[in-house]
Amino acid sequence: MSIRLTGVGMTHANGRHALQDVELTVSRGERLAIIGPSGAGKTTLLRLLATSLQPSEGRLELLGTEPWQLSSGARKRLRARLGLIHQSPPLPPRQRVVTAVLAGRLGQWPLWKGLLNLLYPLDPAGARDALARLDIADKLFERCDQLSGGQLQRVGIARVLYQRPELILADEPVSAMDPVLASHTLGVLTAEAEARGVTLLASLHAVDLALNHFPRIVGVRDGRIAFDLPSHAVSAEALEALYANEQLAAPSPASPPPAPHVVAIPRC
Amino acid sequence: MLSPSAGPAPRDPAALPRLALTILALALLWPGLSLSELNLAVLLDGDNAATMGSFVAGFWPPAHAGEFLALLGRATLETLAIATAGMALAWLIAAPCALLATRVLSISAVARGGRPLWWANALRWPVRLLLIVLRSIPEIVWALLFVRAVGLGPTAGVLAIAITYGGMLGKVYAEICESVDPRPARALLAAGSPRLAAFAYGVLPNAAGEMLSYTVYRWECAIRASVVMGFVGAGGLGQQIDLSMRMFAGGEVASMLLTFFALVLLADQLSRLLRNRLT
Repeated sequence: MSIRLTGVGMTHANGRHALQDVELTVSRGERLAIIGPSGAGKTTLLRLLATSLQPSEGRLELLGTEPWQLSSGARKRLRARLGLIHQSPPLPPRQRVVTAVLAGRLGQWPLWKGLLNLLYPLDPAGARDALARLDIADKLFERCDQLSGGQLQRVGIARVLYQRPELILADEPVSAMDPVLASHTLGVLTAEAEARGVTLLASLHAVDLALNHFPRIVGVRDGRIAFDLPSHAVSAEALEALYANEQLAAPSPASPPPAPHVVAIPRC
Repeated sequence: MLSPSAGPAPRDPAALPRLALTILALALLWPGLSLSELNLAVLLDGDNAATMGSFVAGFWPPAHAGEFLALLGRATLETLAIATAGMALAWLIAAPCALLATRVLSISAVARGGRPLWWANALRWPVRLLLIVLRSIPEIVWALLFVRAVGLGPTAGVLAIAITYGGMLGKVYAEICESVDPRPARALLAAGSPRLAAFAYGVLPNAAGEMLSYTVYRWECAIRASVVMGFVGAGGLGQQIDLSMRMFAGGEVASMLLTFFALVLLADQLSRLLRNRLT
């Protein structure tokens, strides 16, 4: 069992209920997409799963343990086995791509190795291979502030590919890419998850990408799970209900994908 | 919704607080002026102006005899050595203290939106307190203390700079770390990275430029401070200035002030060069 959420709720400090009563079980090796309107709680859900947030109620089990019952040392080791891909990758602008990618294994390396790697990249070939799978191997020695938003997102994905986590969590991983590139990148992620038999969860704005790349779709609305279905069973009505009152028209599979959501990535 | 607005123009809600703050600041500053008995008219008073004039007139021409220049060179090197050694020791105090004091490396803050647990913050307090104690006593007092303890000479100056500036650097380093984008470090901590590695990969790239520039500026201040401490016998240019002033050798003082100017200029250029390299 890779993930089990039982009655999980999350209330932010300002009293807003971001998630309520979430039940979700994901087995090892499953690939599922989380869709839903903006502000539905997709990012909060992924951050809970990445142990970047502590649930205010309910039980959270990850990779067979309960992270918030563990000692801080054991939680740190667990965190090294989780990989979160951020929508706007938090990379320092002056950092070089090679360093940013190799930082993926800081949780697994001893401290001396991490610090030595900062002085001289210890595994440039590994970083290049991860970048090459996303077609940006040529950016290996460039600085992060010289990259576009889509390229940065791919560097963030390359970091997690290099980390080789047992649970890949992706928060809008392709939101700054054009449709073709987005599809290709999701293909790389799903291929990675399949090849290593690890679990992959991705939140996506583009419904057709979710339906095309993921066998299981979870719809989230207003902090609750609206539906949890195999992708072939997701009906147009279910999607319409999920996005009701949103300006987005429920896209049918034949319609062109919605314009890529352009993120303003501050400072990087 | 945006709609054609009716009624009076909207008022800036921040205007009133700003006005109140300005008035408050003036009200607080005015007693300060009268309390410090600042009276600029004293400067223009006939007698005082003449005294100062004759003192300054003695400054020209700057002394440039070979023997004096050799002495000046030695004193300058000594001042530079005091400032540099003091800063190196200060850095050894400041770097670990800053890492302990900064909230940015808090692991408990990762899952709490950047707010550390109360007891984790409480553990940071003793370090902050130590830094406050170190810098709250002026370097000149430390210098007087150390001159008694280790005798006249540069050692007292080095120790005094190390202690006071260690406190200042530590505080400012910790605050620079907290002022840069915390998300890279938080993301690394959330991926199980050790704190020091998260600092080196997540904070340092963003903070290094500012930290470096502040360090070089402090080095410049240390040069000046070492001069003041020279007056109480802690060696370097200050001791020379003190001697020259006592002998009313205005020309020598002028040469030494020019040396100062050159040193500060040098520090400024160094800072610019290093910052350009880093950004």
